[in-house]
Amino acid sequence: MSAVSRREWLLSDAPQTRRQARLGAIYQGWLTFRGNKLAMLGLIILVLLIAMAIFAPLLAPQSPYAQNLADRLQPPSSAHWLGTDALGRDILSRLIHGSRITLFIVGTVALIAPVIGLFIGTVAGFAGGWVDQVLMRITDIFLAFPKLILALAFVAALGPSIGNAVLALALTAWPPYARLARAETLTIRNADFIAAARLQGAGRLRLLIRHIWPLCVSSLIVRVALDMAGIILSAAGLGFLGLGAQPPLPEWGAMISDGRTYILDYWWVAAMPGIAIFTVSMAFNLLGDGLRDVLDPKGDKS
Amino acid sequence: MLTVQDLDVWFGHAPDRVDAVKGAEFRVAQGESFGLVGESGSGKSTILRAIAGLIPSWSGQIKVDGKPLATDRRDRAFFKTVQMVFQDPYASLHPRHSVDAVLAETLRLQGMDRIDQRIAQLLDDVGLGRGFRFRYPHQLSGGQRQRVAIARALAAEPRLLLLDEPTSALDVSVQAEILNLLADLRSEHGLTYLMVSHDLSVVGHMCDRLAVMQHGRIVEVMEVDDLRAGRGQQNYTRQLIAASAGYSAPA
Repeated sequence: MSAVSRREWLLSDAPQTRRQARLGAIYQGWLTFRGNKLAMLGLIILVLLIAMAIFAPLLAPQSPYAQNLADRLQPPSSAHWLGTDALGRDILSRLIHGSRITLFIVGTVALIAPVIGLFIGTVAGFAGGWVDQVLMRITDIFLAFPKLILALAFVAALGPSIGNAVLALALTAWPPYARLARAETLTIRNADFIAAARLQGAGRLRLLIRHIWPLCVSSLIVRVALDMAGIILSAAGLGFLGLGAQPPLPEWGAMISDGRTYILDYWWVAAMPGIAIFTVSMAFNLLGDGLRDVLDPKGDKS
Repeated sequence: MLTVQDLDVWFGHAPDRVDAVKGAEFRVAQGESFGLVGESGSGKSTILRAIAGLIPSWSGQIKVDGKPLATDRRDRAFFKTVQMVFQDPYASLHPRHSVDAVLAETLRLQGMDRIDQRIAQLLDDVGLGRGFRFRYPHQLSGGQRQRVAIARALAAEPRLLLLDEPTSALDVSVQAEILNLLADLRSEHGLTYLMVSHDLSVVGHMCDRLAVMQHGRIVEVMEVDDLRAGRGQQNYTRQLIAASAGYSAPA
């Protein structure tokens, strides 16, 4: 099958099989996404980040933990591309290994928070009445605290570690998703297609999972991608305050914290992880923008 | 087939309560096509939704096949007997479900077997080729969407179809196609129609009898011949007929 005919097959207006229709819809989305150059840039950066995390031991020129006090606080050079920190550890190697921790944090929070939010929000919006009241007041209580303060309280109670930091971030990040999902549900729940499904005898659970979730998920995904930057920064903030990753783990926020003492004389110690955080946050933002073009059902696609 | 007695429908609670339908009474015989006409806000769609169980706040009595309906619950037998086609085909199809998914889910919910064959049969029945089976709603025109909605309503093999202005969101040439399709389906499947419309010519074309509604009350129940001849008993009916005659070209 040549490339042209495969393209036509994918873009066919009258797909012949379920598989063709589904693949066609995905391909259409990919075309829209590819049209957004900045989003592609974000995607490329993130793919590189993931590759970097997977192949960290192969890519890193040195061990992230190997100390060499004779070489401490060296500026970027051919031996240490990004310089060394206060204990003489190679910053590039630490950044490369730190990408694993960053991905772990981001991935876990992105898996937990939106799922809690989606569940609470759609149930509240769909059930209405006192269920809605109770769930939304709980959400309001969580929203009333500044996110980082609440996360600090959680970590303080659970004990400082990277796992607890992630848990705390996830537990504080879900309320906005719940609000968003509830708002979406309220607009959908009285739609005619829900009424039509109800008239076929569809139960509440089926309506929620098969009809309401697919319409809420896309806006949640967009929101998650846009919030990723905030999550990375919050994780870095916890690391910076000493409540996230514990030394000697090469977590980017903790690395900035280490470099703070020398920030005027040895700028690279704090600046290099800062640049890494900035790049990844920006990549997630760009990706979120592109995803919005593809997934937002309100966007004009035809 | 369908009896409605002393039907009141309201929205909201005491101080802000709006009474949308007041004391409506009519009966639709087996195989008949009955029209509900009136201006916007006269409560005609509200009656349909109350019958379908989509509005829980009503009192009075609605009987299908002689069996009275509960206020908000409807059982399987009801969904197999009564189905509804909605006004706006752009709002009545799930934007993320393909035609195939919509019909397959409906058939499964209705406990049907041989789902593949039935989907093909339904698409043929409503005049859509099989090529439409795996399309998504955004790949369909308004008329095609309404055909899918009709296929969905027919999937349960119901005997009473509630039609809520099924053509008012479509342009004129497509309207005629859909009306002809509905008329054909009715004679093929021996369906009973309860059709809401504000368009007297549509009702004149489709229905045997009709009820004229104003401000939530049924003003008059009349034969379609009387409508065509312009013989209204009530003042409001004559006004409505005159208004629609003035609107369409004087013949």
